[in-house]
Amino acid sequence: MKIVVCAKYALDVAELKISSGKPVLEGARRKVSDIDKNAVEAAISIKEKYGGIIKVLCFGPISAKEGLKELLAMGADEAYLIEDPSEGMLDTAATVEALALAIQKMDGFDLILCGEATIDGYTSQVGPRLAERLKVPQITYVRSIKIDGNNVIAERDLEDVYQTVKVPMPLLITVTREINTPRIPNLMAILKASKKPITIWKIEDLGLSKDKLEQISSLHTLSLEGFTVERKRIIIKDKPVDEAVQELISYLLKEKVLGV
Amino acid sequence: MGLEGNYKGIMVYSEDIDTLFELISKSRELANQIQTDVSAILLGDRIEIIPNELAAYGVDKVYMVENPQLKGLIAEACAESISIIINRVKPEALFIGATKRGKELAPKIAEKLKTGCVSECVSLDIDKAKRDFIMKRIIFGGKVVSTHTIVKRPIIATIPPRIFEKKRIEGRAAQVIKIDLEIPSSKFEILEVKNKVVSGKKIEEASIVICGGRGLKQKEDFKLLDELANVLKGQVGCTRPIAADRGWFTEWIGLSGKKIKPNLYITVGISGAIQHVAGVRGAKVIVSINKDPEAPIFSESDYGIVGDLYKVIPALIEHLKKIK
Ligand SMILES: Cc1cc2nc3c(=O)[nH]c(=O)nc-3n(C[C@H](O)[C@H](O)[C@H](O)COP(=O)(O)OP(=O)(O)OC[C@H]3O[C@@H](n4cnc5c(N)ncnc54)[C@H](O)[C@@H]3O)c2cc1C
Ligand SMILES: Nc1ncnc2c1ncn2[C@@H]1O[C@H](COP(=O)(O)O)[C@@H](O)[C@H]1O
Repeated sequence: MKIVVCAKYALDVAELKISSGKPVLEGARRKVSDIDKNAVEAAISIKEKYGGIIKVLCFGPISAKEGLKELLAMGADEAYLIEDPSEGMLDTAATVEALALAIQKMDGFDLILCGEATIDGYTSQVGPRLAERLKVPQITYVRSIKIDGNNVIAERDLEDVYQTVKVPMPLLITVTREINTPRIPNLMAILKASKKPITIWKIEDLGLSKDKLEQISSLHTLSLEGFTVERKRIIIKDKPVDEAVQELISYLLKEKVLGV
Repeated sequence: MGLEGNYKGIMVYSEDIDTLFELISKSRELANQIQTDVSAILLGDRIEIIPNELAAYGVDKVYMVENPQLKGLIAEACAESISIIINRVKPEALFIGATKRGKELAPKIAEKLKTGCVSECVSLDIDKAKRDFIMKRIIFGGKVVSTHTIVKRPIIATIPPRIFEKKRIEGRAAQVIKIDLEIPSSKFEILEVKNKVVSGKKIEEASIVICGGRGLKQKEDFKLLDELANVLKGQVGCTRPIAADRGWFTEWIGLSGKKIKPNLYITVGISGAIQHVAGVRGAKVIVSINKDPEAPIFSESDYGIVGDLYKVIPALIEHLKKIK
């Protein structure tokens, strides 16, 4: 089984600072997008049952190597990083073009796994676009995967229903957070992973150029405005429960939100 | 800006009928600003909705595709149909309801048409001079609003349910255009569909919401929150792990779930992950109960009690009963 997992080295949004109404992007912390670790974990459980090879693929800054090392330590076999020349200013169409050309440079695939969405951009577009670009079927919002011969049987979580589907490989799956709990690699695994290969490609290695990607990318960002939280933050602690509760109720009565 | 010539008009699609009405109403408003028309697409193996129902919200044309391949509205077949219609009609904008089905469909169409797509727009305007669509969405885990435009045509955007209001307009009729298409048969086979049990009550309409998180150890413990909700005439919700992992509820509150704006939002045993908080940014007052004084939820709250929910909630119920 040849499995490719697409993983983004995303902004660590929990750590992101807002200053004078703007997000501070310079030097902002990054990490592997949460659900992409679920995708790697799903790939590992398939490999454990059916054998095969897991390649993780990222289009991102050179610092993404740190994230890829973590995925290798989890159990991926090989990592590929396409260096993004644009500092994240490209849209999903351009990202998908780079990912698709990289996948075509590999020796085929049975399964491509993506996350349902990234923590930073949160577009949910890359999976379906990539499936379309590579002309393979997609199964989105998957919360369990079984392999049956040449078919994938997957359960999807849609708004109103759970839907079980059967689709022949090759295909692309987007997973939800609920599909598994990603393992945290131990020291042994981390040491072992340092010997696993990370291939770095420039976009030119894929026959692309910065101009070409900018042409493909048609979504322009006019502005980014940060929300500032203006909460009162009155926290009651170290008081007997009854007293704490009465104090809270008196605040809420003043706010007139109790409907009395 | 090199916009490919004669793309004109706004087109909408959603398999969810209320969302479709909302998209039509909003598109009507935008179309009036630039004197163009609004069309809608209906897909299915058997279409039950009467196209003139759509006229009542301001649609001018309805394109209908009835085809056995559209059974189950599989993304591939829908994307194929909509792309063909777009290539014929050449609208300047396509708006799709951001249900999960819509969210997997829109990027496929965008890829087929080699154009841009904005996911989950929360605001939609037109720059009349440039005839550009200005779209806002929420990114970075709810911390940032970004504003976008797309320089290719058609522009594609998905729009979540209940962002725009549906408005009936009297005395309009729509032209109905039935389209026959060859849709390739799909390898995508639906084996089973299980309905989720839906509570029926709409959490986004409640003015007081009490939300439980993983601090509640078992399903029965939510009875405590039900009791509090009873006293306050509010409704009970939960975080994503409670619904999606444990399956105690069918829907959750947050970035990937319901977005709500109650007057009073009470969190119980919730840590305050950014993805959760992103769903309640518009709440008037937020109150949190958590035993961990360091829990991030406290900096997102107006009032908080540091304490064990199993002691605080019963006391809160008791004291509230006295004043109600
Ligand atoms: C892309 C993405 C989208 C997501 N979308 C959503 C979303 O829409 N909605 C959502 O909710 N989550 C979402 N999540 C998940 C989110 O990141 C958090 O994992 C989740 O919100 C945590 O839920 P929780 O607060 O219930 O649980 P936990 O984080 O486990 O917090 C439990 C809290 O309960 C407290 N506690 C424990 N026992 C007690 C007690 N006896 N008394 C008082 N307090 C107690 C603990 O101190 C702790 O703070 C998303 C994640 C990702 C990556
Ligand atoms: N730059 C990237 N490199 C690799 N994979 C990506 C990248 N961006 C998105 N993906 C994949 O696409 C999924 C959905 O991303 P998004 O469309 O940004 O919400 C992610 O969970 C990843 O699996």
